[in-house]
Amino acid sequence: MTEQQPPPRVRVTSTRRNAATRDLRPLTRDLDEQSNLGEVYMSGLMSAQLRLSLLVLGFGAVGLGGLPLLFLLVPATRSLELGRVPLPWLVLAVVVYPVALVVARYYVRQSERIEKEFSDAVGRR
Amino acid sequence: MNTAYGITAITVICTVTLVIGAFGLRLSRTTSDFYVASRTVSAGRNASAIGGEYLSAASFLGIAALVYTNGLDMLWFPVGYTVGYVVLLVLVAAPLRRSGAYTVADFAEARLESTAVRRLASVLVVGIGWLYLLPQLQGAGLALRTVTGAPGWVGGLVVAVVVVANVAAGGMRSITLVQAVQYWVKLTAIAVPAFVLLWAWTGDGSPAPEIASSTQWKEPLNGLAGQGHPVYATYSLLLALALGTMGLPHVLVRFYTNPDGRAARRTIVTVVALLGAFYLFPPLYGVLGQVYLPSLPTGAAADSLVLRLPAAVLPGGPGELLSAVLAGGAFAAFLSTTSGLTISVAGVIEQDLLRGRLARVTGDDATVVQGFRIAALLAIVVPYAVSRLIEPVGLATMVSLAFAVAASTFCPLLVLGAWWRRLSTVGAAAGLLVGGTLAASAVGITVLAGPLHGWPGALLGQPAAWTIPIAFTTAILVSLATPGRVPPHTARTMVRLHTPEDLALDRE
Repeated sequence: MTEQQPPPRVRVTSTRRNAATRDLRPLTRDLDEQSNLGEVYMSGLMSAQLRLSLLVLGFGAVGLGGLPLLFLLVPATRSLELGRVPLPWLVLAVVVYPVALVVARYYVRQSERIEKEFSDAVGRR
Repeated sequence: MNTAYGITAITVICTVTLVIGAFGLRLSRTTSDFYVASRTVSAGRNASAIGGEYLSAASFLGIAALVYTNGLDMLWFPVGYTVGYVVLLVLVAAPLRRSGAYTVADFAEARLESTAVRRLASVLVVGIGWLYLLPQLQGAGLALRTVTGAPGWVGGLVVAVVVVANVAAGGMRSITLVQAVQYWVKLTAIAVPAFVLLWAWTGDGSPAPEIASSTQWKEPLNGLAGQGHPVYATYSLLLALALGTMGLPHVLVRFYTNPDGRAARRTIVTVVALLGAFYLFPPLYGVLGQVYLPSLPTGAAADSLVLRLPAAVLPGGPGELLSAVLAGGAFAAFLSTTSGLTISVAGVIEQDLLRGRLARVTGDDATVVQGFRIAALLAIVVPYAVSRLIEPVGLATMVSLAFAVAASTFCPLLVLGAWWRRLSTVGAAAGLLVGGTLAASAVGITVLAGPLHGWPGALLGQPAAWTIPIAFTTAILVSLATPGRVPPHTARTMVRLHTPEDLALDRE
């Protein structure tokens, strides 16, 4: 164990005028007052959310909206059977619903994450 | 069919509805209770209430009838009804709740800062609500006639009286509880008989329906509306249902009973689960109908299939009992959807049409709640009268027309309103007017002139695929042409619509 040196003595002559002052305004005020900074945060939040929404809608458009097109372009798919059950019936009467639920849950989790990140970023200051 | 069982089931449902409503009356004291149940409804109960309200005559009787008659293509109906909630969830759920508005009209006013757009939206809410109420009341008449042989006007009247008594008495507080209960009533009433019928069917060696040899019925892209152009019709229907859900008056009102935007989203996820569970059953009735009832008695509407099927599968007591259970469930469907529509239409009538006039006539003696009661009566008497005048065109068809109008008007308003800062007052109004006029004309021609053939029939019978893009384009182009009419507080409104509530922001 080494012997502790006392900190060197400092002569105080004046306050540090040239140091950056800490901004005590909360960022929520920027949002409230629609300053440029607030707008940047807002458009970041909105575009993140919108991207997520469009991703989910795109998945639905391809997965569900693609079905009639598939039936039209590949007629063999119209009469495919799985066991005794025709595949188109199985997909439209049963499979669609759990998939919709999973997609909805995925969306909620992701959009809450985006909002949490936004709250943290805004609340930190 | 055993009349006594059927009447008992329907009476029990109506009585339970009134009793729960009366219980809610004791809790319902303020205007906020009336309109939004004071925003204190929990997510689980709210989701059950949304499910209860949404599963209408079209879901309970109509889908089975469509699958029975037209086969596979009709499965797009329940799929669209469910997917509509996912679309609503990802596009508008949280912003709508955070807007703090109660109806689309309130949202329009808050977002666009214009009473003219508000009034336009109000008229559309009432119009769509009435269009959606028609098949409910017709369905009630049909169900009561099938079960008891009563004339067609009685069923609708019973529903109208019970609903007005409930809505006028307890408002949203009591209706929320009634509807939450009715979801589970409906699920039980359709699931239990379905399992019994399936068991009987496997006992018979699970015969395939004779019609399964017909590709028309069994394979996709054949049956939709029977008007030809099945690919167009399928897409148009899917669009109408997926985008129309968010514009239905009774769906929107339910949003505002959530405590915050996050709860609104979570509620919708539960709704998707509840709807999916319910929609597994109606197609079963359609298929089993083709096994056991390949042809209906002459003069019987296909919409009565669900009620007739049990007696055909299990002749005698058990079949009659199941029919009674299904009749009760169908009545729960009419009552809950009609209540939800009546309460939202009444809200708009009271706020936008009645309040000023009533105050003038009575010298401010009438309270808001009294006005609401008068409005509730108005909200249901008009569609009831119309339902007696026009010929039924099929429950699910009628409902899909209401969806098409909602999708062509409120979908552009809500989506652009929530996400596009450059939406102008004029642009929004133009979108509503153009979309509303086109969709309403298509509906009017289809209902009054009957089904047409060829492309005109397809385009008018399923208008959504062209009316929605036209409405969106109109709103966008007119907004870009009138940048001076972008509401001055748009940025402020966007902060309110999109920021999570845990931030301490000024939300007015």
